[in-house]
Order: sequence, then C-alpha cells, then structure tokens
Amino acid sequence: MTLKIGVPSKGRLMEKTFDWFGARGVELARTGSDREYSASVNGIDGIELVLLSAGEIPRELAAGRIHMGVTGSDLVREKLGGWQDKVSELALMGFGHADLIIAVPKCWVDVNTLDDLDAAAAAFRAKHGFRLRIATKFHRLIRDHLRDHGVADYQLVDSQGATEGTVKNETAEAVADITSTGETLRANHLKILAGKPVHKSQATLFKSRNADWNEDTRATLNALTEKLGLRA
Amino acid sequence: MADKAQIRSEAARLMAFFEAKGATAVEADILQPAGTLLDLYGEDIRGRAFVTQDPIRGEAMLRPDFTVPVVQMHMADGAEPARYTYMGEVFRAQEEAAHRAAENFQVGYEVFDRDAPIEADAEVFALIQEALAPLSLRAATGDMGLLLAAVRGLKTTDRRKAALLRHVWRPRRFRALLDRFAGRAPLPEGREAMLAKEDPMQDAGPQIGLRSASEIADRIAALCEDAAAAPISAQEVELLDDLLALRETTVNVLEHLRDIAVDMPAIADAVDRLETRAEALAKRGVDVGHLDFEGSYGRTSMEYYDGFVFGFYAETRPDLPPVATGGRYDALTRVLGRAKGHEIPAVGGVIRPEIVLELTAGGDA
Repeated sequence: MTLKIGVPSKGRLMEKTFDWFGARGVELARTGSDREYSASVNGIDGIELVLLSAGEIPRELAAGRIHMGVTGSDLVREKLGGWQDKVSELALMGFGHADLIIAVPKCWVDVNTLDDLDAAAAAFRAKHGFRLRIATKFHRLIRDHLRDHGVADYQLVDSQGATEGTVKNETAEAVADITSTGETLRANHLKILAGKPVHKSQATLFKSRNADWNEDTRATLNALTEKLGLRA
Repeated sequence: MADKAQIRSEAARLMAFFEAKGATAVEADILQPAGTLLDLYGEDIRGRAFVTQDPIRGEAMLRPDFTVPVVQMHMADGAEPARYTYMGEVFRAQEEAAHRAAENFQVGYEVFDRDAPIEADAEVFALIQEALAPLSLRAATGDMGLLLAAVRGLKTTDRRKAALLRHVWRPRRFRALLDRFAGRAPLPEGREAMLAKEDPMQDAGPQIGLRSASEIADRIAALCEDAAAAPISAQEVELLDDLLALRETTVNVLEHLRDIAVDMPAIADAVDRLETRAEALAKRGVDVGHLDFEGSYGRTSMEYYDGFVFGFYAETRPDLPPVATGGRYDALTRVLGRAKGHEIPAVGGVIRPEIVLELTAGGDA
C-alpha cells in the first residue's frame, strides 16, 4: 500500500514544496502535459503524490484520505475544529510566510489596538444599529481571537476575495486577511492593528492522524522522515 | 448512560412536577432565527450553536437554549404574572470539547412576575431544589446585582462605568479595563502619542467607510476626557475584589456585605435585596445557614443574568455538569424587548434530566 502525500497543485506554493523535498533528496515532479494533474516521486519508494488545492488539503488530511500533506498552517487551523486531534505538524517548511491580521481604515486614528476596536464597535453599534462588520474568510480564527481578547459588538461578513475593497464599498468597516507585505492594505487606505498577528502562517508538512497507518505506510513514513531529517 | 426514552420520561416526570405547581406547559421551535441570537450573544454564539441555512428564510440556529423563545412567546401574548414549564433538546456545538454531548435534554421553569421579583427568585430556587431533593446536591448561589450596583456606584466617569458594565460577563476584559481605569495598567499602545498630537486627524488619509469623521472625533474627545479623569481609587478596586472573592454561606456573607456596604453605599440596596431573598428562601424551607454564596458565580457562563443566580451540583461527581442552573435575566428581556420598549422581569432555571438519571442510577448501584 502506498503512502499518499497531498501537495498544492499549482503556483509558487507547489514549486517551493518541490524545492523543499528536492533539497532533501526526494524528487517531486509533475508529469504529463502542463494541464494534467499527475505527478511522480523519485528517491524513495512507496509514495504517491496527490495534487490538490491547498485549501482542500486540510479536509483530506482530516478524513484520512491522504497520509501527509503540505498546506498553510492558517488553513489547517481555520478549517479543522480541534485540529490537533486530526493532524500533527511534522515540519515548518520556512516558506509561504503570511500573517493573518486585522486592519481598519487608516483614517481611524483613534483605533490602534483590539481594545480600541472593541470600544469603537460599541459606539458604532449604538450609532448605526448593527454590529460593526469585519470582512474575512478566516471565520474561525478571527472569531476565536476576538473572543479571547474580549471584543464584542462585531459581526463577521464573508469575503472570499478582494477583501480590502469592502471598506471603501461600505460592505464592511474592517477586514481580517492574510498579508505578507501589507502592500494591498496600504493601497486601500487600511492599517494593521498593533500587537501580534492573529496567526503567523507558513507552509507546513502535516501528518494525518486518521489515515490508514499500517505496517507498509508506517515503514514508508519512517524512511521518508529519516530522509527528510525529521522525527515522525 | 440512560437511553433517550428514559431521559424523555424523566423529563416528563419533572415537567409534570412543575405543572402540578401551577406552571403552563409551552413548546418552542427547534429552528430559531439566527439574527436574534446573534444580536443578543454576538458572533461567539456561532462557535457554540449549530448554524444552518434555509434558502428562503436565511440563517437559522438549532435552539441553543429555551430562554429566548420562551421570553419572545411571553412578550408576544403572555398575561402576567405567568409561570411556564417546557422540555426538549437544546443543541450546543462542542468544537473544542468533542467529548461533551451536542444534544441535551432540558426541563425548564420560568416565572414572569413584575410585582414580586424576590419572591419569584425564591420560588424558582425552592421548586428546583424540591424537584431534586432525593439527590442531596450542593447548591451554589450568587447575585450579579451586587457587582452591577458596585460598578454603577464607582466614583468615576459614566463612560468608564458603561465600559465596565458592558464587559461584566467577560471577566478577563473587565479586569483589564478596571486595571487601566485604576491607573495600574498602561494605556493601549499608541494612545498617548495620538492624544499628544495637535490635530490627531492630520495625515489620516482619505475618509473611507461607514464610520464617519464625526464618530472618530467623538471618540477622540471621549479618550481625551478619559485621559484627564482621575484613576479609580485603590480602595474602590479593593472593595470590588472583596465582593468578587466572597465565598461563604448566605448568612455569613450578609454580615460581610454589610461591612463592605459601609465603604460602598451603592450596594446597600442590593444587600437589602439579598437579605430579603434569604428570608424568602428560608420561609420556603431552604436552609440558608448552609447555602453557599459565591461573589463571582454566574460571571463566565451566564451572560445577561443580572440578579440572583444558582446552580445545583453533585459533589460526589465533579466530572458531571451542573444538574440544574438558573437565575434572573431581566437584562435579557430588556434587550429582546428593546424594539417595543418592553421589559419583563424574569427568573427561571433548567434541569438536565440525563444527569438526574445518571445520579439516580449511581445511587442504586
């Protein structure tokens, strides 16, 4: 039985993942035409590469349909409740860095911290009659973060893209999104709240706790982790 | 673990007990409109409740409690005074604690009585205690009215009091605010620099979004006022801490509270109410000499409960959740009735029949 590894199917995340494995003597490559989602593994036996959307890798890991997978640590925390019971982190891979942050309009000179955001939300609700809207696609992470910091009187509105534009369009008052340079935020007249980011994300190699770990796959895992210089 | 049929019949037995005491049996829908619950409990409820979607009616939640639908039903067409009992499932998502059941049976008893609130407090507690008498449980009580009165009586600005009252049910946030208002904790990062500016709005960039320049200016004015306000005195903070740390029997706690009230006259009325309630409880046969009182009871798990609060616990089974909990939730009816200007003093409690069965079975073994 083969051990299945899910890796992102395109873009920089895929290339960097291939580089990371390649530097450790495990050669991953796409095969066939540019458009065909098939891939090969050289340098070790018994492994099958599965090309997947990075956003679906957490779900596949949790279901145990893949034994290992590479995806952002933010996606695993967002998509899997009680994620530590479903997957374990084998390696932080050192690329795909991005911070999940909360940003407000730069013109809100009175709001610099979560504490300010909470007070502004109370006043906003009293004035406008609805809870201050924060646009995001990271509902769970943001909700947990705001609860832990005692922020009330806000609501999360779903935004799957162009999130930074929601404030100007008046469909949200603030945003919570992933950023690496902050360029898009600045261009949209937004500023990041002070303090630590909600989550510092990077590409991470995960192991599924729910996959079929039999004698074969375990042996392959041991061989692989040894080759990669990890502890399983 | 008892099976569903057993739990249901135990629930029916408890409900019949409340009906025999004069309560009207009522029902509530399992599917509740999500908007009301979200406005009440905020976004946090999404993490605790099952949220579902109807293509036409929009978001709905599987009933996380009976309180809201029962209050709404009463507000719509209830005559006062009213006594209700109900039974059924409540649904709580257990994201971080998968070992707890997501679906639980409850039997409840709620009293809406404007004229005799303290009597109603005592009645609800005494009835639940009577229903659970064979189990010899430990009761814990508290009174959020004391803390609320103490905060309202602080010698500080109305804005600070409002901020503290808003976070009374979030103890960590409450503590952080209190520390700041007392001058024990630094201002949030960037506050001083912003206030020191001649014109804080300078270099603010374009005005975008629904929150207007005047709202921002209002908050800056409020922050200036706050920066100029004297800190809440160490003595007042100490009295609040004393209040929150109380853990004694009801009889002893009254004595202690009388001492605190000398320095904090704002709580005197609340202490009077506590005393009157203790007498009302005693009249109904509750042994107040051994009834535990905790100053912080109900602060973390009972948002909107703003008066008498209580819970019944099996001391031999600390692994089990409380067998029953309840209290006064006037604040909730105030928020729910806001649109129509309604406010209906209300007190009630729920029993978990599954836990009752678990304890009964344990006693037989």
